[in-house]
This record gives sequence, structure tokens and C-alpha cells, in this order.
Amino acid sequence: MTEPRRSRERIMAGLLGPSGAELTCEECFDLLDVYVDSELAGEHADEHVPGMREHLAGCPACAEEHDSLRDLLTSLG
Amino acid sequence: MAGSVPTVWRTTAPATVDREAEARVWLAALRATGEEREDATRRLHDLLLRAARHELNRRRAMLAGTDRETIDDLAMESADDALTAILAKLDDYRFESRFTTWAYKFAILEAAVRTRRRAWQERELPMDPDAWTALPAQTLGPAEDLENRDRLRAVIEAVRTDLSPHQREVLGALVLAEVPIDVLAERLGTTRGALYKTLHDARRKLRTVIGADT
Repeated sequence: MTEPRRSRERIMAGLLGPSGAELTCEECFDLLDVYVDSELAGEHADEHVPGMREHLAGCPACAEEHDSLRDLLTSLG
Repeated sequence: MAGSVPTVWRTTAPATVDREAEARVWLAALRATGEEREDATRRLHDLLLRAARHELNRRRAMLAGTDRETIDDLAMESADDALTAILAKLDDYRFESRFTTWAYKFAILEAAVRTRRRAWQERELPMDPDAWTALPAQTLGPAEDLENRDRLRAVIEAVRTDLSPHQREVLGALVLAEVPIDVLAERLGTTRGALYKTLHDARRKLRTVIGADT
């Protein structure tokens, strides 16, 4: 069940998803390392891997794994 | 692509010579035989274990009540399975990222999936058919403006009238109940990719019905 007064914006975002074209989960995993290395190098990661940002906005699991990989690499320097 | 981006174009990453050289050393050692391979495999496993522990530590709130030994076991299992996957996919590495970045993602995936499944192992899937009806009352505050109320109600009506029962079930579990997609995939006997495709198609239909794509 949903808890009371959950954010309407969050639920609407979950129901409607990102409007732009996006990668699939498999493509996301395939390109996640390329995207994160590109981000950390200060490159234009979204131009480098189109559709990744949209997928991360729509898929909480892939977004968690993206955040974790990025965080790990940042912590390792 | 789930959507209509025609192709994933990737410019050649500004890979440094060091990065490519490092990757070639890893690949050569992992494809070698005897002691060289064993040493490389051991070193890679150490890195994967570190990545798995990192992921489990990030998710420690989901693992509340899980003892240290079990968490250590989850990390080791994640590193073991990641290593197996990597050794089977060495030919898939394309020198577009650091080799270690490519490898770490396997360990993070394994640990993340284990964490989500463990957190939900004792829980029933909350498939409540009345959840859609109750949604406006649960999400709209008294001060919510009319436009937001109408928009949410239009979406819910479209969920009820324009989606298939399977799409409704998947959307409800993933979005309303926030069941992790790996957990739902396991319970329904399908894959994460297949579920996301269902979710993507349902969302596209909803956006079309309410005119959100125009």
C-alpha cells in the first residue's frame, strides 16, 4: 500500500515516466561504465550516451546502480 | 532502445593511452594460464569484493537486522558471481571505459540485486486492486490546485480504462507499492528488462491518453 500523502509529483513521475526516448535496462547496464567514466571526466556524458539520462530518471534500480558506481569511483579517487 | 532514439552514437571516448594499456594488461593476464591468470583473477576478485561491500554499505538501511556474517557472505557471493560473469564476457569489453569501471559495475549489480531481494524475502507483493481508487486521497493535499487534481484523476482513469491487466499490475507494483524491479521480476518469473518494457509501454500509453507527449 502507499503511505499517506506520498508526493504527488513523485507518483506522477513514476506513472508517466520520462518523455524522451530512453535506453532499455540491458542497454543501460551495457553502457553504464562508459557513461559514468564520461561524467567523472567532465565530458558531455548525455551526448556521449543518448537516452541514458532519461532511463535513469525512469528506472529507480538502474539509477541506484549508477549512483553507486559513481560514488565508488569518486571514493577511490 | 525502449523509445525511439534511432541509434546510440558514441564518439570515441578520449581514452588515454594509460587507460587502454591498463586494460590490455588486465585482459592479457586474465586470458593467460597458470600463475599469471590466478594472480590476476585474485586481484580482480579483491576489487570486486570492495565494490560489493561498497554497495552493501550504501544499502545498509535495507539490510537492517542482518548480521555482519550474512552481509559478508552477500559480499563474497556478489564478488564471486561478478567474477564469473566478467570472465565469461571479456570479449565484450570495448575499451570505452576503464577496465576496472567496467568490472565494478558487475559487482554492484550483483550486490544491489541481492540486497533488494533479501529486503523483500519475507514480504508479500502488495498487489492491491483498490490502490488506484485510493490514490487521489493519499496523494492530494487539501491545498492542491484544481489542475493537479484533474491531471492525476485523468491518469488514474487512463490506468483503469486504457491499460491491460498486466500493465496495471506491473505499474501498480513498481510505482505505487515501490516493489524493486528485480524482486517483481523474480516473483513473476520474468526478467527486469521485460518488466521495464511493460512499464515503458504503459507509461507511453498514459502519456498519449492525457496528452502529455504533445
